[in-house]
Amino acid sequence: MIPSVTTTTRVRTPALGQRPGAGRPDDGRPPDRGEPPPPSPRTYRLGMIFALAGISMLFLGFTSAYVVRQGLGGDWQPFDWPPVLWVNTVVLLTSSATLWRAGVCFHHTHWRAFARWTTVTSLLGLGFLAGQLWVWHQLRMRGIYLNTNPNSSFFYLLTGTHGVHLAGGIVALLWLSILAWRLVRPTEATSATIARCRIAVDVTSLYWHFLDGLWIFLVLLLFLWR
Amino acid sequence: MTDAVTTHHPPSSFIRRYIFSTDHKIIGIQYLMLALVAVLIGIVLSLYMRLRLAWPTETWPLLSKLFPEGMANGTMTPEFYLSLMTMHGTIMVFFVLTTAPMGGFGNYFLPIQIGARDMAFPVLNMLSFWVTLASFLVMLAALVVEGGAPISGWTAYAPLSAIGEVAGPGLGMGQNLWIISIALFCLASLLSALNFITTTINLRTKGMSLSRLPLTVWAWFTTAVLALLAFPVLLAGGILLLLDRIGGTSFFVPAGMVVSDKIIPHKGGSPLLWQHLFWFFGHPEVYIAILPGMGLTSQLLSTFARKPVFGYRAMCLAIFAIGLLGFLVWGHHMFISGMSPYSSIAFSLLTLSIGVPSAIKTFNWLATLWGGKIRFTTPMLFAIGFVSLFVSGGLSGLVLGQPALDLYFHDTYFVVAHFHLIMGVAAIFGIFAGVYYWFPKMFGRMMSEGLGKIHFWLTFIGVYAIFVPMHIMGIVGHPRRYAESIGYDFLKPIMPIHEFITYAAIFTAAVQLLFLFNIVWSLAKGQKASVNPWEATTLEWTVPSPPPHDNFGHTDPLVYHGPYEYSVPGAEKDFIMQTEAPART
Ligand code: HEM
Ligand SMILES: [Cu+2]
Repeated sequence: MIPSVTTTTRVRTPALGQRPGAGRPDDGRPPDRGEPPPPSPRTYRLGMIFALAGISMLFLGFTSAYVVRQGLGGDWQPFDWPPVLWVNTVVLLTSSATLWRAGVCFHHTHWRAFARWTTVTSLLGLGFLAGQLWVWHQLRMRGIYLNTNPNSSFFYLLTGTHGVHLAGGIVALLWLSILAWRLVRPTEATSATIARCRIAVDVTSLYWHFLDGLWIFLVLLLFLWR
Repeated sequence: MTDAVTTHHPPSSFIRRYIFSTDHKIIGIQYLMLALVAVLIGIVLSLYMRLRLAWPTETWPLLSKLFPEGMANGTMTPEFYLSLMTMHGTIMVFFVLTTAPMGGFGNYFLPIQIGARDMAFPVLNMLSFWVTLASFLVMLAALVVEGGAPISGWTAYAPLSAIGEVAGPGLGMGQNLWIISIALFCLASLLSALNFITTTINLRTKGMSLSRLPLTVWAWFTTAVLALLAFPVLLAGGILLLLDRIGGTSFFVPAGMVVSDKIIPHKGGSPLLWQHLFWFFGHPEVYIAILPGMGLTSQLLSTFARKPVFGYRAMCLAIFAIGLLGFLVWGHHMFISGMSPYSSIAFSLLTLSIGVPSAIKTFNWLATLWGGKIRFTTPMLFAIGFVSLFVSGGLSGLVLGQPALDLYFHDTYFVVAHFHLIMGVAAIFGIFAGVYYWFPKMFGRMMSEGLGKIHFWLTFIGVYAIFVPMHIMGIVGHPRRYAESIGYDFLKPIMPIHEFITYAAIFTAAVQLLFLFNIVWSLAKGQKASVNPWEATTLEWTVPSPPPHDNFGHTDPLVYHGPYEYSVPGAEKDFIMQTEAPART
């Protein structure tokens, strides 16, 4: 009859710590710490993962449009890709490897190597973008524009959108490189810089490897589903 | 990059503190004010439309001065009617129903209810608001550019929206602005969604386990997940649409189309592709608008019936189920698009199955009320009104969800009646409930209960008077998005209904002045609010009204109880705060 009876019998009042349950990790300090809790790397990581989920949905939208539009047939015309595109692909894959190296060096506190690999990664990223622009240029020279046919539309759209996202990643990498070079000459701010780098390395790597994987996906889509 | 938490003390300069603030509470209020401006504009636009519908041949010399183009001879051109309709729908759906429940109340109360000092990413949060505001301004700009606002509806169906000015006024610059505004809105919503999700997962205070989260938090969380997955798809569609318009591509424009005696130089695209992309977003969007209201309703029914919410776990599962199913039913907006009957059946069955979790929620709400010591406060009345509207609007959903019936009802006033009751008004009632409930916490003063109750009853009667007759017009076959209400002979006999609806609309709009007055009056003269005026249990009622900059001062709250411990046998009061420490034995 009165549902409250059944519900209240289930009321639990466990002692604290027995069932922490909460998301914020128990750092063993008393709750009254007077200072806001330090930024948690986990928070940034989670935020990035959800951002990537959003970006995935964007490209999923494009992909479904691609498949549908291609299925309509008629005006869809495959074209040959400028070979630079494959060079770009290799460059981007390499950049993932160098960023991974940078991360390893960071965790081994080899600051100089860390700074070097991060910078190399940024440069490779810039190289990739420049290469993509070169691809576009070559296509235009051959008379293949955004509105030439749906295949070229999607080619420009997908490479362009990927490029915009990548450009964001490059900004982050350049910033990380600056931080990294600061670590090489230790000052009193070093420990704070290390803390920032830890988060930045983590989040930027996630983003960068994701964009790398996304590029593979796009190449396969554009290449195999012409 | 910025720190994941705000500084401990409020910034001292006015600008940093109240304008470019990273405090989730200020941002919440900014969103609410944006929504308030938007809803006022939205209402005015709808009243103009109602005048045209009820008295199509009447001339309004005064209005023609205001809109020299759209109302040239004192009567509204059909095109102007359509652009008003587009702006009305867009503003209401995006800038009212999406911003107020989520950006407004969600921002203000989610962190407090989980015991956090702020959102996970305060700067991102500020950015979300300012991008939303920019988006709103771009949208409004569409009203004043040459050609005016687009006439393609809030769904911006291609090819009408894709081919530019040849297809009608407002489809040039106006439509471009519309798309840009929506793209900005998508970005802002994405940023805000990932902030909500991360905050809920990561910043709960000690003891705030998942099963102790208030249902409002579950609702905001699910809403954020929907937003995160749905808005990017609209963004994708928007980019394609913009490219069709300015890049010469042919994603949505079919080959060989002739418009106004001109051949459109696109080829081979599919207008249905736009519909798929749009509704893949569009259906989840209607849940983005309503889920926070559902969460709040659960909260309020429990609080004011002084009883635990009936079936906490079932309520959570129902929210998730609605969210999940919401992504699988978009085809029910496209039954007449010529889709295969097999797809129709699949979409239909999935659509009707949303009735199950919806019914679970409804029955649990009723069970929560059953046998309770109900306190009929204004927020409670609006929560009960929400249930009522959700049921009356949901029933027509079950009608529309059947392809055989929808073939007839699609694009008639029956659909208008359905979605206004269930999405428009129900969500608005959720917002009203939120304002009356949380106003004391946000501004430290109670709102006038007397005025509030009058406001409730008149609004409640008003909205039913507006939207119930629309079902009849739909059954008669009155087309929707159509200015000529006497354009066909068979429509002439129902002109009295049109007039009645317009009177009801004017009445209901006027009643809202009471609400505005109540807000202003209460801000200045309202009775001072105590910490916990409603005797509720959740964390926002443990902090001062209004809460200080860092919500809980120097101490993080500790949570020992679930959110709905009302009338616990043996307890000294009829409610136990979530933070109340258990007696030592
Ligand atoms: C039992 C649950 C529901 C069912 C079965 C249902 C079914 C439908 C169907 C079949 C349509 C398409 C009608 C047509 O265009 O011919 C529709 C339209 C619509 N529904 Fe629902 N619905 C339900 C719940 C909701 C909820 C909860 C909301 C909002 C919070 C909502 C908002 C809308 C809107 C805005 C439209 C019109 C969109 C437009 O064409 O502009 N519905 N509904
Ligand atoms: Cu729908």
